[in-house]
Amino acid sequence: MTGRRSRLLLTILVFGFAFLYGPIVSLIVYSFNKSDVVSVWTGFSTKWYGELVRNEQILEAAWLSLQIGVITACIAVVGGTLGGMALARHGPFRGRTLFTGLVTGPLVMPDVIIGLSLLLMFVTLQEGTGWPEGRGMNTIVIAHATFCIAYVTVIVRSRLSGLDQSLEEAALDLGARPVKVFFTVTLPMIAPALLAGWLLSFTLSLDDLVIASFVSGPGASTLPMVIFSKVRLGVSPMINALATIIVALVTVAVIVTGYVMNRAEKRRQADVQSALREAGAEPAVR
Amino acid sequence: MTTALDRAAKPDGPAGRLARAGGAAARWLVRVTGRGRALVVAVPYLWLFLFFFVPFLIVLKISFSQMVIAQPPFTDVFVWAEGWLPEIKATLANYIWLFQDALYWIAYLNSLKIAAIATLLCLLVGYPMAYAIARAGPTMRTLLLLMVILPFWTSFLLRVYAWIGILKQNGLLNNALIWAGVIDEPLAMLHNHFAVYLGIVYSYLPFMILPLYANLEKLDASLLEASADLGARPWKTFLTVTLPLSWPGVFAGSMLVFIPAVGEFVIPELLGGPDVLMIGKVLWNEFFSNRDWPVASAVTIVLILVLVIPLVAFQRQQDKAQQALE
Repeated sequence: MTGRRSRLLLTILVFGFAFLYGPIVSLIVYSFNKSDVVSVWTGFSTKWYGELVRNEQILEAAWLSLQIGVITACIAVVGGTLGGMALARHGPFRGRTLFTGLVTGPLVMPDVIIGLSLLLMFVTLQEGTGWPEGRGMNTIVIAHATFCIAYVTVIVRSRLSGLDQSLEEAALDLGARPVKVFFTVTLPMIAPALLAGWLLSFTLSLDDLVIASFVSGPGASTLPMVIFSKVRLGVSPMINALATIIVALVTVAVIVTGYVMNRAEKRRQADVQSALREAGAEPAVR
Repeated sequence: MTTALDRAAKPDGPAGRLARAGGAAARWLVRVTGRGRALVVAVPYLWLFLFFFVPFLIVLKISFSQMVIAQPPFTDVFVWAEGWLPEIKATLANYIWLFQDALYWIAYLNSLKIAAIATLLCLLVGYPMAYAIARAGPTMRTLLLLMVILPFWTSFLLRVYAWIGILKQNGLLNNALIWAGVIDEPLAMLHNHFAVYLGIVYSYLPFMILPLYANLEKLDASLLEASADLGARPWKTFLTVTLPLSWPGVFAGSMLVFIPAVGEFVIPELLGGPDVLMIGKVLWNEFFSNRDWPVASAVTIVLILVLVIPLVAFQRQQDKAQQALE
């Protein structure tokens, strides 16, 4: 590669990442601004953080969003693992094409469509069966779990298709029942993907404004819904403080998870290597 | 030497205990349902069918009903009177309304135009970045990829909000440009189409870069060398070798940006202002402000019809790419 070309690539990266990170940095910087006006710097202050932790409405909404996020992520990991297994390991089954459609659909379908259709579904269900009684946390969890199951299915599927099936086949040949093979062989191998899927579901749930606005009922406002109602009225340094806290938490979470996953993957590969060496030392007797 | 398998299988280890508990639960389910294999498919299938597919049928039904002041605010399409078959009281009034009012036409066409241009801009920004990341060293590559994903994990709403502070009348950008002497009067950068394009490109850029990178990373360097050895100039190599080979990534990335962008609500609402008409905003207002659920349903059905071709094309390509790996 010539020097001129690598300089060009470097310039592209510098500008690209400046574009991606500039707005986030500006959010963080102005969260420490003394002034009420976000874009005029008048001095360093942490008063907006104090105001944030005293704001009952935001704290309540944050607590609701955290609960919804955790429950959603747990449901999505179970459902998505089953979905990924079905697509990657079960070969053809009746209705497979429809199922792949149901999995890729939620990834790209505009939020307004998902939100409106789920709300109308809940209303119709309630008319007919009496369930769900009222809308709020329960309906938001169902709505979020639905698109998160799709995301986790895709993650688990691609992880499974990148793995050698011979370990699972060997366990089956040795007489282990499929359920046992799943819990002792497959599950440890896809654990990093499950962790990534859990975190992604949690973040997507915590981030969703549009779908939650449709399916929520009176009294249940998630954090994005409260932020949106404040942002609509104009820019507020308190929102900047909230953004800074979220960015800090996410950065720490992503770095820690990345590190843990990287280590687990290296250990797994080392284990496979040593297992292969042991197998090589003792030729199989047939 | 202990392997991951031994550790996990050790009966008194945490994984062993978990496996026993999970195994017992699963065996019970298998006994109850008869077939374990079917259960694995059935649980996610039924969930997605019930909460993703069936709702569309209900929207379709309600789009043929009339608005009433009641709870729920629409009439029944199927009326169970006497006899076995329900009387069907469907009306096309909502669709006729959509076609007669130019507002909806303009909103649909404008959404398609904005999404298409924003997708193209995203590609123009994302392709060079994905290419540069794929050409970096292995350690650097992991780091850069992490840096592309990181903004995607932070709140979408807050990242859109950040642009308000940058673009507004006395915002950061105007202040910086005036300070630098480039302009004398602040530019109107917020509440117009420019701000919406910027917002979409910014928010959806990671969705464009990731599939492109996944494709460009697999690109066989020897093909590029062969092309260069045969005397092709770098630009020609790019246009005749790199670009065609990365087509699946271009397509997947473009669909991941285009389809959700057509129905985008948050970006036109916060950055676009009243002049930027997009169908997501129309749908939102029809539902939350006018409380006309039947018309909102008809708007949704037409939007799904508009998106059905790109949706099916995207789903086919994704499934084909996955099956190639399996």
